[in-house]
Amino acid sequence: MAQQENKVQQVEHIVIIGNGISGVTAARYVRKLSDKKVTIISSETKHFFSRTALMYIYMGHMPAEDTKPYEDWFWAKNRLNLIQDHVQNVNTRTQTLSMYKGEPIHYDKLLIACGSKPNKYGWPGQDAEGVQGLYSMQDLEGMESYSPTTKHAVIVGGGLIGIEMAEMFASRGITTTFLVREKSYWSNVLPAEESEMISRHILEHHIDLRLGTELKEILTDSNGRARAVVTTSGEEIACQFVGLTAGVSPNIDFVKNSKECDIDCKKGILVNDFLATTAPNVFAVGDCAELMNPEPSRRPIEAIWYTGRMMGETAAYNMCDKRVKYSPKMWFNSAKFLDIEYQVYGEVPTKPTEHATAVYWEQPEGRKSVRIVFNKNTKAVLGFNLMGVRYRHEVCEKWIQDQTHVEEVLQQLGLANFDPEFFTEYESKIIEVYNKEQNRNLELKQKRSLSAVWRFLKGK
Amino acid sequence: MKYTKIIGLTIFIFSFTLFFVSILFSSHRLNDKTLEGIENEYHRAAIKQVAGAEWEKEYDLNFKFHEAMKPVLKRAQVLQDSLAGINPEKNIWNAVNLPEGVTDEGEYRIWDDIVKKYAATLTESNVTSITANRSGLFFFLVFVLGTIGALLYLLPGLKKLPGIKHDGIFFNQFQKGIIPILEMVAVASVIGISLWVVWQNENNNGPAYVRTTLIFTALILVLIGSYEYFKEGRMPWKPGTSSVGNGWLGMLLGTFLIGFYVILYFAPQYLYNCIRIVDPVKQFIRNDPDARASQWFLYGFLYTVVMFVMGIRMMIKYRHNRYQLIRTGSVLFFQLSFAFMLPEILGMLNQPEINLTTPWPLDYDLYDHYNMTNLLEENKTTFLGMNVGVMMFVWGIILTLVIVPLFTYIYGKRWYCSWVCGCGGLAETLGDPFRQESDKSLRAWRIERYVIYGVLVVVVLMSALQIYHYAFGGDSSEINLGIVDINVLNLRKWYGFMIGSMFAGVVGTGFYPLMGNRMWCRYGCPLAAILGIVQRFKSRFRITTNGGQCISCGNCSTYCEMGIDVRSYAQKGQDIVRASCVGCGVCSAVCPRGVLRLENGDTDGERALDIRNIHIQMEDVKILN
Repeated sequence: MAQQENKVQQVEHIVIIGNGISGVTAARYVRKLSDKKVTIISSETKHFFSRTALMYIYMGHMPAEDTKPYEDWFWAKNRLNLIQDHVQNVNTRTQTLSMYKGEPIHYDKLLIACGSKPNKYGWPGQDAEGVQGLYSMQDLEGMESYSPTTKHAVIVGGGLIGIEMAEMFASRGITTTFLVREKSYWSNVLPAEESEMISRHILEHHIDLRLGTELKEILTDSNGRARAVVTTSGEEIACQFVGLTAGVSPNIDFVKNSKECDIDCKKGILVNDFLATTAPNVFAVGDCAELMNPEPSRRPIEAIWYTGRMMGETAAYNMCDKRVKYSPKMWFNSAKFLDIEYQVYGEVPTKPTEHATAVYWEQPEGRKSVRIVFNKNTKAVLGFNLMGVRYRHEVCEKWIQDQTHVEEVLQQLGLANFDPEFFTEYESKIIEVYNKEQNRNLELKQKRSLSAVWRFLKGK
Repeated sequence: MKYTKIIGLTIFIFSFTLFFVSILFSSHRLNDKTLEGIENEYHRAAIKQVAGAEWEKEYDLNFKFHEAMKPVLKRAQVLQDSLAGINPEKNIWNAVNLPEGVTDEGEYRIWDDIVKKYAATLTESNVTSITANRSGLFFFLVFVLGTIGALLYLLPGLKKLPGIKHDGIFFNQFQKGIIPILEMVAVASVIGISLWVVWQNENNNGPAYVRTTLIFTALILVLIGSYEYFKEGRMPWKPGTSSVGNGWLGMLLGTFLIGFYVILYFAPQYLYNCIRIVDPVKQFIRNDPDARASQWFLYGFLYTVVMFVMGIRMMIKYRHNRYQLIRTGSVLFFQLSFAFMLPEILGMLNQPEINLTTPWPLDYDLYDHYNMTNLLEENKTTFLGMNVGVMMFVWGIILTLVIVPLFTYIYGKRWYCSWVCGCGGLAETLGDPFRQESDKSLRAWRIERYVIYGVLVVVVLMSALQIYHYAFGGDSSEINLGIVDINVLNLRKWYGFMIGSMFAGVVGTGFYPLMGNRMWCRYGCPLAAILGIVQRFKSRFRITTNGGQCISCGNCSTYCEMGIDVRSYAQKGQDIVRASCVGCGVCSAVCPRGVLRLENGDTDGERALDIRNIHIQMEDVKILN
């Protein structure tokens, strides 16, 4: 009996701040790996929902309930305690969290996965009514409440959230002006041709895209609501809503302001290779974590879904005392720009570099393209950038890991094709471009085939 | 563009309304000419004798006339019984006094089922109906103009850029569906009311169908009211109005469809004027100016027209997706050729009018005593030296035992369910706007498995008894199984009513706007159950997941018409192998990140078991420990 009590006391309490993809993935894996007590704290919503689906709620594609990846019974069944409250202070010396509403919570291990907040660069009027970003459920509620009184919206910042916001407003018949600092949409990430393709597509959707234009000031009316913006060129654009989508930064003010807290922060919470912070028994993952030693070619903060998920999984192992290094391996990402899907695998520089060059094919209608990046000297394939075409993750990953010769890749390209059945297969077109540029005479040897993919992946 | 749509919609609503209002466009009276519809002279005389005030009285509504004929026929029945010498008080139950030359009591007395039949016969005989007299005009106004109107409404969709167009679906009162608890109540009411209809019919009491529909409508309205009342407490987490729940227009549409099906199946005499509108088509196909359409011809024609119009809508919506284009083309082809035209052609050749692409057990008539006798014994036609009836029967067996498993092994269940089947075809065209209403909960999946395999067990037992009955049963429809006597004909009648009519028809289509477009396919179809078992355990088909690209957004699950929680597999990196998947390909189409693909491949390896989305390999764990 005494022994049993002793055992009960020994059950570690793992507390996770944030119920986004990183925190929830960590909680799920802790439950898979152990019997520890797990508590997830969030002030945003009680249940985990997919942040990437916020736009679909607004557009009426999905009911809010459907954005929850797990049914509501899931949490109790897996003994994951949910607390809807806000953490005020993290005391890493007594291992205690002070809460906004509830009693203080003691943790044995703490995981901070509190995500990001939209960037604001000190524009005049940036805190006015009708000025906001799009990150949280509350932001969505904000957009929802301003929409009935919005005829025209201005969106600032040419990234992924900006174009989502424009698409959302378009679905409700609200016109938008889209201010992009760069000369072409998302040109700091996309190579020139792809960037131009998306810029064309934005205009095709009747979104007023202003390239090379920045926000100078937001003007407000007598009620404190945004009424217009002034751009750097001095133009005044009347609007009732201003979307600030110029990137995000870690949402860690509560950590920085905490007393008796030994967690070191720079822009984000600093973590080592095992996702541990500088304070004992405290880990951080996802958008709010800043890697001290990121892998070469990777950024210290990567605020994307996939890295959040991988970090959550890695942190779960480390919190269960199985030391695992965070190693995200090949870079990959995806998005959808209005009607054009985007996938990227591996290294895709925006311009040819010293060692990297590419073969690029674009469909004549200009809504699909494939770019295969390879090493100029060794000819090893480095990356794939796809617009309106779907490629297989595992196949691309294996080619890149094995440093496969680009000509081998091109001849086997059917293996990568993941478009639905009966879709036109463009592989031979890409080979044509390569043959022309490199003066070669390659032919497609492998068409699309699931059986061939399995043989390839199993190394047979 | 906007005006084209408004004009189109106006024209469509005009034609749609005219079609149903035409129920009112006829006048009826009982006289000698009307009685010509009845062949039996004793019965004719009896009806005339007891008609009383009803003789030559004019009725301007066919259902009023139909109701008025019931007591007359009852009186005629009583008259004939007493003339025949039936006297329950003296315990005389068989005719003792028949006119000369009459050997069979049925030629003189009027049985209960004949009373029902005559009520319909008299309603359809000697009608002064505008739609019958001007059937060409009405055909133009209803079907030609209606189709033009619908197309005017749909074609402007081509001006939008190709891509997924789901804006506002969950704000749309037609399309957002109803909450699960309402679904439960709706199902329970339909089952309850259908049992009540049977009971009413047995008692031959009043215009049950009209009342049924009215009661159902009232019930739904009460439910909407109570839902609105309790709404606040139940959904605290709901930004905007994007939510499942109070789709009241959908409820009205569902009630309308349910009412239409109930009348079509059980009271077709009300549709007399509507049926006349398609007479010109029947006459054209049969090349016979006197041909008359039946309720089933009207249904088949309407079904085909609706599928084509909504098929065009589907093709416009998914014109960027060749899988959807070809698949929709395929269901339209099979509906027009095999389901609609082939039975007509067979009918012209005096052959059984069957759809040769419907395998047992969806076609539950195959092993019917009547059907087997018809095909195996009475059909004397030969084609290429073989007996046509026997060929059809053997083809039916081959279809179930060879084609179904073989094709499902190669292509998955989809070869039938979303490429060939008529029910599936309607679900994929007319039902497409409602696909998001299916219930994705684990609970729904549990119910689904009990119900669909339950129906399969029932149909297998029934068919086994039918075959036994044909082989050894003789003339009696009772089979003695040692412990119980089973009346095979009654069993077949009940299956036909509960499953064939109520489940597949009334619930199957009537529930499109309430619970999604695959109610029958998901919960009821025994053929889908068999196809599903093959697909789950031995098939090359699966939906593959593209590595770790899933963002758990849930579009795939929302738009899965079979209520599969596709996301729960995709976010684990797991391939999807589910018995219920009909392979419509919409999950793959709506995925914003290109994660899902329908594929056929070798079955080696652990089909759905591979969870590839784990980023930690166990070797890593060991090395560092």
